[in-house]
Amino acid sequence: MKLIEKMIRCSINGITLDVEAGTTILQAAKKVGVDVPTLCHLDLHDIGIANQSANCRVCLVEDEKRHQLVPACAEKVVEGMAVQTDSLKAVMARRTSLELLLSNHPQDCLTCIKNLDCELQTLAHDMNIKEIHYPGEKMNHPLDLTSKGISKDSNKCIMCRRCITMCDEVQTVGILSPLKRGFDVVVATAFHLDMDQTSCTYCGQCVSVCPTAALAEMNDTPKVWRALNHPEKHVVVQIAPAVRVALAEEFGFPPGEISTGKIVAALKRLRFDTVVDTNFGADLTVIEEAHELVDRMENGGRLPMLTSCCPAWVQFIEHQFPELLDVPSSCKSPQQMVGTLIKSYYAEKRAIDPKKIVSVSVMPCLAKKAEAARDEFHQNGLRDVDYVITTRELARMIKEAAIDFKTLQEQPFDELLSDSTGAAAIFGTTGGVLEAAARTAYEMMTGKELKEVDFTAIRGLEGVREATIPMGERSLRIGIAHELGNARKLLEAIRDGKSHFDLIEIMACPGGCIGGGGQPYHHGRLDVIKARQEALYRLDATLPKRKSHQNEEVIQLYDVFLEKPGSHKAHQLLHTTYSAKTRI
Amino acid sequence: MKNKILDISSLDRALLDQLDTYIKNLEGDNEENLIHVLHRAQALFGHLPHNLQLYVARALNLSGAKVNGVVTFYSFFNEEPTGKYVVSVCMGTACFVKGADKVLQKILDIIGTKKNEMSADGLFTVKDVRCIGACGLAPVVTINDKVYGKVQVNDVETLIGRYKGGQSA
Amino acid sequence: MNDLKAYLEKRDALRAKTVPRLTLFCCGGTSCLSSASDVIIELLRGKVEAHGLEADIDVKQVGCLRLCGEGPLIFVEPDDITYVQVQVEDVDDIFTQHILNKQTVERLLVTEPDGSWVSSYREMPFYKTQHRIALRNCGEIDPRDIGAYIARDGYHALALCLLEQTPEQVIETIKQSGLRGRGGGGFPTGLKWAYTAAVKSEEKYVICNADEGDPGAFMDRSIIEGDPHSLVEAMTIAAYAIGAKQGYIYIRAEYAISIEPLKLALDKAREHGFLGDNIFGTTFCFDIDIKLGAGAFVCGEETALIRSMEGHRGEPDKKPPFPSESGFRDKPTSVNNVETFVNVPAIILNGAAWFASYGTEKSKGTKVFALAGNIKNIGLVEVPMGTTFNEIIYEIGGGHPEGKEIKGVQIGGPSGGVITRDYFDTPIDYDSLTAIGAMMGSGGMIVMDEDTDMVEIAKFYLDFTQEESCGKCTPCRIGTKRLFEILERLTSMQGEPSDLDKLETLARNIQAASLCGLGQSAPNPVLSTMKYFREEYEAYAYRTKKTKYTIDPKKCIGCTKCARVCPVACIRGVVREVHIVEEAECIACGACYDACPVDAVLRP
Ligand SMILES: Cc1cc2nc3c(=O)[nH]c(=O)nc-3n(C[C@H](O)[C@H](O)[C@H](O)COP(=O)(O)O)c2cc1C
Ligand code: SF4
Ligand code: SF4
Ligand code: SF4
Ligand code: SF4
Ligand code: SF4
Ligand code: SF4
Ligand code: SF4
Ligand code: FES
Ligand code: FES
Ligand code: FES
Repeated sequence: MKLIEKMIRCSINGITLDVEAGTTILQAAKKVGVDVPTLCHLDLHDIGIANQSANCRVCLVEDEKRHQLVPACAEKVVEGMAVQTDSLKAVMARRTSLELLLSNHPQDCLTCIKNLDCELQTLAHDMNIKEIHYPGEKMNHPLDLTSKGISKDSNKCIMCRRCITMCDEVQTVGILSPLKRGFDVVVATAFHLDMDQTSCTYCGQCVSVCPTAALAEMNDTPKVWRALNHPEKHVVVQIAPAVRVALAEEFGFPPGEISTGKIVAALKRLRFDTVVDTNFGADLTVIEEAHELVDRMENGGRLPMLTSCCPAWVQFIEHQFPELLDVPSSCKSPQQMVGTLIKSYYAEKRAIDPKKIVSVSVMPCLAKKAEAARDEFHQNGLRDVDYVITTRELARMIKEAAIDFKTLQEQPFDELLSDSTGAAAIFGTTGGVLEAAARTAYEMMTGKELKEVDFTAIRGLEGVREATIPMGERSLRIGIAHELGNARKLLEAIRDGKSHFDLIEIMACPGGCIGGGGQPYHHGRLDVIKARQEALYRLDATLPKRKSHQNEEVIQLYDVFLEKPGSHKAHQLLHTTYSAKTRI
Repeated sequence: MKNKILDISSLDRALLDQLDTYIKNLEGDNEENLIHVLHRAQALFGHLPHNLQLYVARALNLSGAKVNGVVTFYSFFNEEPTGKYVVSVCMGTACFVKGADKVLQKILDIIGTKKNEMSADGLFTVKDVRCIGACGLAPVVTINDKVYGKVQVNDVETLIGRYKGGQSA
Repeated sequence: MNDLKAYLEKRDALRAKTVPRLTLFCCGGTSCLSSASDVIIELLRGKVEAHGLEADIDVKQVGCLRLCGEGPLIFVEPDDITYVQVQVEDVDDIFTQHILNKQTVERLLVTEPDGSWVSSYREMPFYKTQHRIALRNCGEIDPRDIGAYIARDGYHALALCLLEQTPEQVIETIKQSGLRGRGGGGFPTGLKWAYTAAVKSEEKYVICNADEGDPGAFMDRSIIEGDPHSLVEAMTIAAYAIGAKQGYIYIRAEYAISIEPLKLALDKAREHGFLGDNIFGTTFCFDIDIKLGAGAFVCGEETALIRSMEGHRGEPDKKPPFPSESGFRDKPTSVNNVETFVNVPAIILNGAAWFASYGTEKSKGTKVFALAGNIKNIGLVEVPMGTTFNEIIYEIGGGHPEGKEIKGVQIGGPSGGVITRDYFDTPIDYDSLTAIGAMMGSGGMIVMDEDTDMVEIAKFYLDFTQEESCGKCTPCRIGTKRLFEILERLTSMQGEPSDLDKLETLARNIQAASLCGLGQSAPNPVLSTMKYFREEYEAYAYRTKKTKYTIDPKKCIGCTKCARVCPVACIRGVVREVHIVEEAECIACGACYDACPVDAVLRP
């Protein structure tokens, strides 16, 4: 039953308007074209994520009736409320809050990783702060560069707590907390442990929302530059599905622009020797995974099976549910499959000494940096993937090399490891892996051709989605979850024996990899993530082949190299193991 | 585990058993019980070292950061060990107005330590605390559970002297 | 006890118990206990037993007798004798001289400046002018004895509410009485209950705020220790009024020793059926648990208190929503202060009009203050609202102990302000105080004499608030730190005249911009001292403040004592001649001041 809510009449800067109950002053002001600065506030409304701690106090506006300042981001409009957003009192208070934040901030903008992409900096500019009246003691914490994924510079933290909202409430990992109180408060790990000693999944969602450079990706571009400039190294690069629909944003294109060809061209201009496609690995993953699933279903194996291509999610289950490690599929992620093949199959084919090959990937993801460094992922002492850079880092390299991305001529991938289908394209969005797997599993299990390849029922941005897909005699019960908090719910159900699924896809990031921690900052705009998602489905729809088992190059790979899905060699190269880890 | 400080095996098993029993008998929500459990743990162990905090986190199924965030918020919880005698000088207003700051300074000078740090001989930790509700006796100093009222700078020497031997006065 | 009749019979039976010839009311409040009153009580009881006088003499351990600065206290009734500063060594005299030989021990009486003694507490100005509602049972009964409480009409009000009134009627009475929250905000209690009652919810909670964070205040603690059943009864009435089944008392960890009598009271109340299921045979069920704080002033703020009860860091939440709508476990919750609560049974028994007959137009009833600082009579003072500072300080408080000039009074603790002599005729009520830039607060009242440095006082409070700030919001987290830094700069003579403007502007913005009451009120001590004692700030800002010790040549007798103690040897002079301080070298340690036998050394 939906209650018919009464509309509420209020006025903003003298403009009268009616809004629904529950509307905040900020939302009401937007309706009449009045902008109020915000900093701590974060609202990804459609996926139910909001940081409303109302603590930065840069959004204060005056409630004219009570002569009181209220935070526009959190205060709800009530009947008859009259708000003045730019009264002297409000403006002075907002400026004071910002000045105080800056008085406790290293003003290192020129050399800061967030320079020109920083909400604090932008605000200081927009609010025309030219002097800090109250200088004083500043925080002094050591820089934490211990982890593969995330750099942490607490001195740049403004205690907005967006990261905590993401890590605690969305991801339920609980790595960060304010410690101490008063001026000494710092958002940190338990006991100030180094990041790499915590149970951090490196999903990077904290980084995605951090308004400053307090949390950022580890910068791996110098290593890549060094490899590129090394005379004897042969540098191969792969790019992930979600990168191609996001990178262009960094160069002024609208969200959802598909720029695969330009990216390949840019990579060539950066002098990568070969550009291959992670999507190839995605198709391969689908086949291995579908094979594993059918095997588990037919031989009474552990069900449900959970997809394992998101390393943050793998890290999550290892730390939080060590008793369930037989649940995830043993398949490596597409990145690692391609990485393995670069140093084996590719090396063989191109007759290059694998020792001379440097394998680089461009990922939407910080967890991929940590994944590449996992103990499991090497052969003969060589890492499958040597360096991982994010979408943002690639953009910075392109800018650094002064390449005009806009005018680049599109180029195709190099020949090996680059064929892909529509099924692989949608790996970048929540539900995509499962949809891809279902297309293949259907034909594997029924032996019939799947006519309607679009499983629109399981698409969308709902946190948990379930469906039953008829597969001939039996049906496949599937579940999809993105964000680790939703994953936790599914895992608890599995642990308690209450789950009724066969196959579950889990992606750590909101929306899947399109919302990954290494993507261009969405600055709280959900429409950016949606646009990227639509682009992936568009890409899928336009490709001639849309089922992974139709991928010619994959078929060939099995023929000449891997024998068959699930073979001994495939297991050796494409599968992995998991180990229990202590939860901090 | 890479980090030694988080090694739970160095904690006294007998005390942990007592803590376990206490936790087992608690009713209700783990999170709501956290502060009570921490009080209990500190009463048993004297302070709340990191590994003990982590132990509590595991026992209550909370994250380590959550527990550490709570411990460091409340001034009643000590992460560091305290001396045999905890000398608390009330710095509430009633005591301050009557010269508690000078008493505190004198105590620190005599013991030769800094605020909140255990003295080298392990005998004393000196803290400033907020009003303990005995303002009628301002300035007030407590040494462990014993309360001393109307303490003047000139009394400090004798007062601390009584504890210096290590056998409580 | 299932009906009123049963209750009244029980009460009357308890009242009819034979009264001993003599009762010694021995203070068992915190201050007196700290001065070994427990030992004194034990010794007295031992003697009474040894002489087989148990039937004649009753040695009662009661709650705070209010004149805490003179403790340990003993009242002897019906003789109307007040003994103060009783030591363990005095027990013999009290027993032999007073109990056995019926002679007053004069040296243990209160001494007036003229050397005369006051023996009667009824005659003592400190007690005479007070009027007790909240403290009505404090010092009268043994808090461990539920029978004593019942005999004084304890739980009668609860019976009346449950058996004869609807929740709406109870709320209406409280509304009519004009009772306002004693925890600082002064919000009308009846209205708060009505709001909480109006929200539909299966679960609701009653919370007693016993955090008492104001440093220098000890009213709530004294009530809990001296009359815990009044609190239990009041909370139960509140629960009935708003429809709660569970209550909590959030008490600060520093008050660990108050918890034991409180627990005992809860147990006894349960035993007697005043708590638990089907109270007074009705369908109404209610119980109370204790939640312990862990040392954070901000946890006195109600939303922080609720966060702390839920096991979190005690960080305040934005309001609205108010706890009455969404509080503990997101359920409607009424949070009230200890003193607020204990007024309730008295209001129910005597009627709203009776209560409203005390106090001023908008502030009804009485208020308990914890009087401390540079004042002769340190202790608890309960007076009708509207009593002036003059009355409290000079009549009740007895003025300065050494007759020095009183410069101001800090009221409302770290959230309040300093009031100068010029305003001592202000009637103390919520609105008059706000009008002069102070606030009622919880009732801490610290008297400061002419030697007090007001900039130091402001710095003291800022040091407190910046340490106690939860650190959640910017203006308070960083702003109070900056205020403190400016004050530190000033008092160490590093300040600039422009700092005064900065202080004021920053203070006003912190007030306006902070998220909770702590930050919103943290600048009050600065602003009020700047308003009334600006010259003291200027002396620092313009660096004209005298900081070194000097010697008054008219007084110095040349005894050389000061020169001998000076750690930096900066006092020049020869025997029997006037000494002089080399001010440039003086480190202001004050040693000379303490050493001089004729008070010739002048403090800065
Ligand atoms: C910083 C701060 C500290 C407070 N401390 C206390 C306290 O120690 N005791 C108390 O009863 N109320 C305290 N309050 C007021 C409470 O928030 C709340 O208003 C009160 O408990 C409500 O009870 P009342 O209506 O009976 O006064 C404090 C408020 C603030 C902002
Ligand atoms: S975080 Fe932002 S404001 Fe801070 S130094 Fe970096 S760019 Fe500048
Ligand atoms: S990367 Fe993910 S798990 Fe790690 S701290 Fe950030 S949000 Fe939490
Ligand atoms: S690390 Fe970033 S997101 Fe987290 S509180 Fe600090 S500034 Fe905010
Ligand atoms: S969802 Fe994608 S981007 Fe996010 S952590 Fe997993 S693999 Fe990385
Ligand atoms: S005003 Fe101070 S105590 Fe209150 S929320 Fe802000 S930082 Fe915390
Ligand atoms: S105050 Fe100390 S340093 Fe200054 S003159 Fe007196 S004794 Fe010497
Ligand atoms: S102690 Fe006093 S009287 Fe004696 S020399 Fe010093 S100032 Fe003069
Ligand atoms: S944006 Fe509203 S308080 Fe931070
Ligand atoms: S101020 Fe020291 S005991 Fe209250
Ligand atoms: S404590 Fe004994 S008189 Fe107050």
